[in-house]
Amino acid sequence: MTSFAGWQMPLRYGSETAEHLAVRRAAGLFDLSHMGEITVTGPDAGAALDYALTGQASAVPPGRARYTMICAEDGGVLDDLVVYRQGKQEFLVIANASNTATVFGALTERAADYDVAVVDATQDYALIAVQGPAAAGILAPLAQLEPAGLELGAMKYYAGAFGTVAGRKAWVARTGYTGEDGFEVYCRPQDAEHVWTVLAAGGTASGGTGAGGTGAGGTGAGGTGAGLVPAGLAARDTLRLEAGMPLYGNELGPDVTPFEAGLGRVVKFDKPGEFVGREALAARASSGPSRHLAGLTIASRRIARHGYPVLADGRTCGTVTSGAPSPTLGVPIAMAYLDRPAASLAGAVLTVGIRGEAVPAHLTDLPFYSRRR
Amino acid sequence: MSVPAELHYTPEHEWVSLEGTSASVGITDYAAQQLGDVVYVSLPALGATVTAGEPCGEVESVKSVSDLYSPVDGEVIEVNAELEDDPSLVNAEPYTAGWMFRVRVVQDGNGDAALPTDLLSAAEYDELTKSAG
Repeated sequence: MTSFAGWQMPLRYGSETAEHLAVRRAAGLFDLSHMGEITVTGPDAGAALDYALTGQASAVPPGRARYTMICAEDGGVLDDLVVYRQGKQEFLVIANASNTATVFGALTERAADYDVAVVDATQDYALIAVQGPAAAGILAPLAQLEPAGLELGAMKYYAGAFGTVAGRKAWVARTGYTGEDGFEVYCRPQDAEHVWTVLAAGGTASGGTGAGGTGAGGTGAGGTGAGLVPAGLAARDTLRLEAGMPLYGNELGPDVTPFEAGLGRVVKFDKPGEFVGREALAARASSGPSRHLAGLTIASRRIARHGYPVLADGRTCGTVTSGAPSPTLGVPIAMAYLDRPAASLAGAVLTVGIRGEAVPAHLTDLPFYSRRR
Repeated sequence: MSVPAELHYTPEHEWVSLEGTSASVGITDYAAQQLGDVVYVSLPALGATVTAGEPCGEVESVKSVSDLYSPVDGEVIEVNAELEDDPSLVNAEPYTAGWMFRVRVVQDGNGDAALPTDLLSAAEYDELTKSAG
């Protein structure tokens, strides 16, 4: 267990490497109840979020989700978010645990002139994720979605629906942070233990349909007995790193805009109306990023960790933001901010300073890993 | 969690196995579990002089880097080369295949190995880890 943003979180249940590989090959079960849930509801909900965020929430159809960001006036990233549109006037905003208060404060302030209610509902939600190629097969027999007959397996990526999981009310979404297919189940905290237990049993039972499911209505077949294992924060971090996904505090923060992180696509300049940070972000978009996020593989077993210097021909050219062994690739990988585009480093000898030793590194395209679709 | 009775321990979670005047050194099962999957071990060089309580290497896991402290004074006479290819031996078998290095321990006036007096017994070490939670 480890302390994280005021929560006691499982860092690992057994071997984090085994947990990581289980998610790539079968499925992992994650307790992500620390994530912040903020509801934004009312006639102006879409317009208020359009003003508050970089994305165009009003253009998201009900039942769909978007990855987006909330920026400060100077364009710096306050947090990266997933926004679900649960209804015409109902949005659920998912914030990082360490930023929930900041995001809630900013949304409240930015929504002041709109007919909308902003509520920090973090304590009303537990979040359990099933991630991996076997996730749909494991969850389908245990999930009943609205409207009746909606099949889990037919749900699109970045979509969500109300329903039940193991007989308990939930918002079920095909989203995640692992680079695999998978689902996130937002349920009531008092139901979390039951949902976890039934999912864990359903994912490890040998053959048959989901064990113990009280709401079995799906038709997903063949997923049970697929080697679901509980997975902790350590595996979650290596999974997202392989998938090239940024982590707030590492690749994202108030000192970078979405453009430095290579995520300029989340800024929707063509949406109607004003939005916080537009001017600064437009300037950054036209001047180009001040730093460039790059992928590195390390020619050693040693890990290039957050904060270590990256050198080109012996001169500092950047800093590692995240680094870990890659269980999938079998070598250490890292993301780093470089002071110039990766293309201009062709031919340079790259190294990472790992506690006094210059360890050879190689530039590689992000992401390090993409699942077969 | 295993704490073999015949070994000596340090508060920094190394174990020492004395055979005559040479001592094998590794990290404990408790330490390996706390670190998580070990991915790299940096060991002292053959022939190096190590000093009790001083760092002489590093143990890297997925999430952290920790110094490896020598529990004894002496000269390094063997290192476990297998850890180079398979550092996970530290997690799997911390007291056997996951051993790290062997030291010819400095001798006292009687020709016996002079172990530091502050090494812990198995019972003492077990107590230490339990109070750490």
